[in-house]
Amino acid sequence: MNVLEVRDLRVDLGAHTVLHDVDLTVRAGEAVAVLGANGSGKSTLVRAVTGLIPVHSGTIELFGTPLGPNAPMHRVGYVPQRVSATSGVVATAVEVVQSGLLGKGRLRPGRDATRKAVEALESVGLGAAAHRPVTELSGGQQQRVLIARALVREPELLVLDEPVAGVDLPSQEAFARTLTRLVRAGTTVVVVLHELGDLAALVQRAVVLRGGHVAHDGAPPPAHRHHAAPGHVHVHPHDDVTAQDVGAPALELEP
Amino acid sequence: MTGITQMLTDPLMQRALLVALLVGLAAPVIGTYLVQRKLSLLGDGIGHVALTGVALGWLVGAALDVVPNDALAVPGAVVAAVAGAVVIEVVRERTRGGGDVALALLFYGGIAGGVLLIGIAGGTSANLVGYLFGSISTVSTSDVVLTVALCALLLGVGLGLRPALFAVSHDAEFARSTGLPVRALNVAIAVVAALTVTVAMRVVGLLLVSALMIVPVAVAQLVSRSFASTMHLAMGLGTAVCVVGLAVTYWVPLAPGATIVVLAIVVYLVVLAARPLFARR
Repeated sequence: MNVLEVRDLRVDLGAHTVLHDVDLTVRAGEAVAVLGANGSGKSTLVRAVTGLIPVHSGTIELFGTPLGPNAPMHRVGYVPQRVSATSGVVATAVEVVQSGLLGKGRLRPGRDATRKAVEALESVGLGAAAHRPVTELSGGQQQRVLIARALVREPELLVLDEPVAGVDLPSQEAFARTLTRLVRAGTTVVVVLHELGDLAALVQRAVVLRGGHVAHDGAPPPAHRHHAAPGHVHVHPHDDVTAQDVGAPALELEP
Repeated sequence: MTGITQMLTDPLMQRALLVALLVGLAAPVIGTYLVQRKLSLLGDGIGHVALTGVALGWLVGAALDVVPNDALAVPGAVVAAVAGAVVIEVVRERTRGGGDVALALLFYGGIAGGVLLIGIAGGTSANLVGYLFGSISTVSTSDVVLTVALCALLLGVGLGLRPALFAVSHDAEFARSTGLPVRALNVAIAVVAALTVTVAMRVVGLLLVSALMIVPVAVAQLVSRSFASTMHLAMGLGTAVCVVGLAVTYWVPLAPGATIVVLAIVVYLVVLAARPLFARR
């Protein structure tokens, strides 16, 4: 049984078709990177897969069950694209992470919620900050809190949307370590990235989106040596891909 | 001391203090979620709509020859506030957090509708004053029973569902990805906010109702370092300002609702000014 099965997917946002003719199969234990330029539809793809935006046509199955009220969302951990883990009222990292223990028919987090939340924070290197307000944490640390919030679910499928965008280097390294450990333990990972960076060693397969459809699905595209420097954000798909519509103005639709 | 004993043995004051205490305890609970969602003004919007409900209840009461003619005012306010809150929530969802103009229309429509309907019901705007500014000095035993029941419900939902309400208020998108019933929880918050408005209407009036929900939270925000402590501190502060504010008006001829709200704002300013003295280094 595949962890994720997307068939002939089309997603419209307003009058625009953001994704079309998308097929994607992710098997258990795979670590898949979804790459693409801004507006290529990669965030839209993971948001559709997690049930956050409606699908125009096509099918999405998680663990063999179609997306919908019966989808096994308790087996999925989602890390949204965020710059901050704060809201209008101060909250500690543990309080934020405990939200991850909820789900369908589970409105309270259960007995040892605090212990589980602290453990999840320890796993991303934030054990010491567990009871601090998230407002006091750096952007990268806040992103790690959101990752801990997904990990506390003990997900079989972890879906991350640009988890290292704009994140400080120590947090990027901590993130790569965490993800490596999870993949070794058998967690299936789908991660949207702008560039492979630290995760190049980890990702077995890359799906490159271009203009709303899959332009490449296979081995991760090699980064040019001089482009491997930190801070470089370009995506380098295979040459056969780059040859197509280079420079086509991408429509910025992602938040 | 005898003054306090005298106040506490006055049946009218006993009822008023009990209502003020319960409302002061319950209003900041829902207020914490509203501040968390950056919807501090929602209570005001619902309050405006509730005024139409008051007048509508009055109109129906007059048509049915109910005695006294305002017997249906509070039920009318409950119905209108709940309906208004659900409409606001739907507009918010449809417009992805926007709907600013739609909310404004609801504000104005609520007040204008109230004044218009009270005239049609054979009353005058003066009849609405008690609802706009509070009328805690005329709390009856049945008012107390209704307040106790509604506050128990508010505290039950607001505290009992705190993890889930926190999750949807903090990050609705993540909450949806977990399978939480996000829409139902959003509507629950809206309905509970509406009930809070109608129960607090008695104490401070519809125009100041939102202050009871928001100002204690604003004070707690200044010193708290967690969501739970913000909510608990706000509940304590809400109770304290309601009881103390009302007690003051037992001796000094001041409007209770306004006294309570001004007291809360003074507490806010004092804490704001004193905060640097206790700042963590």
